Amino acid sequence: MRATLSTMSKHRLFWPVAVLVVLLLSNLAFTPGFFRIEVRQGQLYGSLIDILRFGAPLILVALGMTLVIATGGIDLSVGSVVAISGALACFLISKEADQNAFSGVVWAVALSLVLALVLGLWNGLLVAGVGIQPIVATLILMVAGRGLAQLITNGQIITINSSPYEVIGTGYELGIPIPVYIAAVVTAAAVLLTRRSALGMLIESVGGNAEASRLSGIRARQIKLMAYVFCGLCAGIAGLIVSSNVHSADGNNAGLFIELDAILAVVIGGTSLLGGRFSIGGTVLGALIIQALSTTIYTIGVPPEITLLVKALVVTAVCLIQSPAFRAKVFHRRSRPPAQAPADEQPKVEVPV
Amino acid sequence: MTDPILTMTGISKEFPGVKALIDVDFRLFAGEVHGLMGENGAGKSTLIKVLTGVYDIDAGDVTLAGEPVRFGSPLQAQHAGVSTVYQEVNLCANLSVAENIFIGREPRRYGLIRWSEMRKRSEELLARLQLDIDVSAMLGTYSLAVQQMVAIARAIDISTKVLILDEPTSSLDPAEVDQLFRVMRQLKNDGLAILFVTHFLDQVYQISDRITVLRNGRRVGEYPTAELAQVDLVARMIGKELAVLEQLEEQPKRSLAALESTRPVIAAQDVGRRGAIAPFNLSIHEGEVVGLAGLLGSGRTEVARLLFGADRADRGRIQIDGQPVTIRTPRTAIAHDIAFCSENRRTEGLVEELTVRENIVLALQAARGWSRPLSRRRQEELVGKYIQALRITPTNPEILARNLSGGNQQKVMLARWLITEPRLLILDEPTRGIDVGAKAEIQRLVVSLSDGGMAVLFISAELEEVLRLSHKIAVLRDRHLVADMANTDDVDADRIMETIASGAST
Repeated sequence: MRATLSTMSKHRLFWPVAVLVVLLLSNLAFTPGFFRIEVRQGQLYGSLIDILRFGAPLILVALGMTLVIATGGIDLSVGSVVAISGALACFLISKEADQNAFSGVVWAVALSLVLALVLGLWNGLLVAGVGIQPIVATLILMVAGRGLAQLITNGQIITINSSPYEVIGTGYELGIPIPVYIAAVVTAAAVLLTRRSALGMLIESVGGNAEASRLSGIRARQIKLMAYVFCGLCAGIAGLIVSSNVHSADGNNAGLFIELDAILAVVIGGTSLLGGRFSIGGTVLGALIIQALSTTIYTIGVPPEITLLVKALVVTAVCLIQSPAFRAKVFHRRSRPPAQAPADEQPKVEVPV
Repeated sequence: MTDPILTMTGISKEFPGVKALIDVDFRLFAGEVHGLMGENGAGKSTLIKVLTGVYDIDAGDVTLAGEPVRFGSPLQAQHAGVSTVYQEVNLCANLSVAENIFIGREPRRYGLIRWSEMRKRSEELLARLQLDIDVSAMLGTYSLAVQQMVAIARAIDISTKVLILDEPTSSLDPAEVDQLFRVMRQLKNDGLAILFVTHFLDQVYQISDRITVLRNGRRVGEYPTAELAQVDLVARMIGKELAVLEQLEEQPKRSLAALESTRPVIAAQDVGRRGAIAPFNLSIHEGEVVGLAGLLGSGRTEVARLLFGADRADRGRIQIDGQPVTIRTPRTAIAHDIAFCSENRRTEGLVEELTVRENIVLALQAARGWSRPLSRRRQEELVGKYIQALRITPTNPEILARNLSGGNQQKVMLARWLITEPRLLILDEPTRGIDVGAKAEIQRLVVSLSDGGMAVLFISAELEEVLRLSHKIAVLRDRHLVADMANTDDVDADRIMETIASGAST
């Protein structure tokens, strides 16, 4: 019985891992030194490191999105939250007399994260409290949030020159970029929060069967609220990394369309858009796949005007390969002829969905 | 007899951890009603799903009208002439009757749907089933029985060889069952082969010509109905002596006087909800089983839902242990040690994509809140105990709840509530759609729980069951609680039926 379980759990992440490996290997054909990691001035450099580093904001946003989707919802406003948190942090720092003052930066970061949390709470209240459909409720902040970011930056791009703040996006510690640490810590926190408490199971229950959960006495509102708050916070952290990376806040373009990449990462990671079972490991893999894809497209020199098209085609292929129904159709022909074989020798059948 | 229209030989099917079918043979002749009998988990549903192409077969052959066939999907099966009407009617309640019958194959001209043609043909089809209803009305406005007929009409219009009815009677009242049987006889005379799955022994004897019995994924045998005594059928289904069942049958009626002298666990006074149930009074004492009797839709479930807070009462008072309480949500009810097993275990009970373990600990964990998780060891201890006590199979707690058979899913629901150690247990149709063996087990469980001091509100469409278990019986009719009687020796099914019919309190 235990063997069956381990093969099944392996199954769940098998395809995301396979896709990521194939994607990385295919780079080798174009860039022979793709897997090379150099140490320059005590810091690690290389394409793999770049994927991790630039993938960090997407991983963060996708983590929050995973919990929201698992409750049966969706959060379209994460891109706006990314822009708002970056805008507020940069605005506060730009008002400081000394932009390099450590305390001022801490203050700005803290206030931005609190604001992100409040924005998540707003979404959560609209969805769980008022009962608006998640896609509509978060659409409000998706649209209005860009305006809010513009308001904070006064319609300009705020450029700052603050070395403590730049550490968040561009710093290194023990040779590894700071954003990688941040993503790792938040991932670990998400795993702890959901799997060491009962939150994960209750989220899956609410997303899997809302009425049954209510009749079992689960506080569905509270659970959903927490998911949206966590999602807002994650987007806020991502916003700090993004703005720190470019030393500036752009209310219009920061985090643009990141909600779509995040949703995609969650789906590639094996969490159903209908809610229910979720996989944090799968989501991280999904985010890395998307980032690796973007990197690949740049390094192999796809002309800029068709990059989006190429990305779309690859994503379509990835989604099809992930689908058990599609795989069964394309690869399952072999099981037809040997019908007389005894059941024991047949390969294990997947759980019918 | 001529050759069978359908033969299945050596069918095997395995799911992870479960051998659902092992080398099963099955035949079906044109112009017969064939009963497929077996306990929960015996493999009835799997056999049907294999036959209709929902599942792939691991081994074995199927021939239809002499031709070897292998269906990859229910659609293929339908085109070949095999249609199924499932236990839970799977039509669209928000579409009209005619749309439901012709969905996906609407009569068209120049690509446009010909509505009048569709309505006319729907009326003709339903007339064949002796059903005269407005086919342009929404399906949801009709009773379940009518919806079932519509599903059958759709099925026979598509295919003309084999009709599979999976538990079609489990939510019908007796008059509706008669109507269904009349239709089945007529279709049989038209030369259709009908495969009939049910848990009601009486019904299988009433309608079927032959019976195939499955047990633990194997075929026990195929018998002409007339030559198989009812007691033999049951023995073959459960594969053991009937002593347990008979013991329950012989139990004396349970006495009330001693119980009612104490203070009730719960007392509802003038509790009601507009449009759902007229104001009623009901009290349940420690160790007492109160049965709710009444026809389908008479308000039995509504009473339960108000007591549990699943719906909000808009009037009346509820007292628990003599203290007035307001029960607005299931959560408050659970905090007062009330538990409720819904009759719709798939939509309101199980979370199918969670494991058996997770489903069982769900209510207890919900009461503790997310931040105080039950340790994995404690979970396994509790779950293991109840899997054993309720004999849930398969015994692996990490299997997804969706992969369990109906009776075992019901037991999982019971386990979920029993580990919360409730003082009042509300069971809404706990034995519907499950086999004799599991039914007897659940009945015995109710008796032993109430002997242990638990108050039980027991809802069932089967009067015998209500009479056997209850100390007190409340009768509902047209959303009114019309009578509340002690279950003394002179109370029998006829008396309750009279009360239901006349509506008078005696």
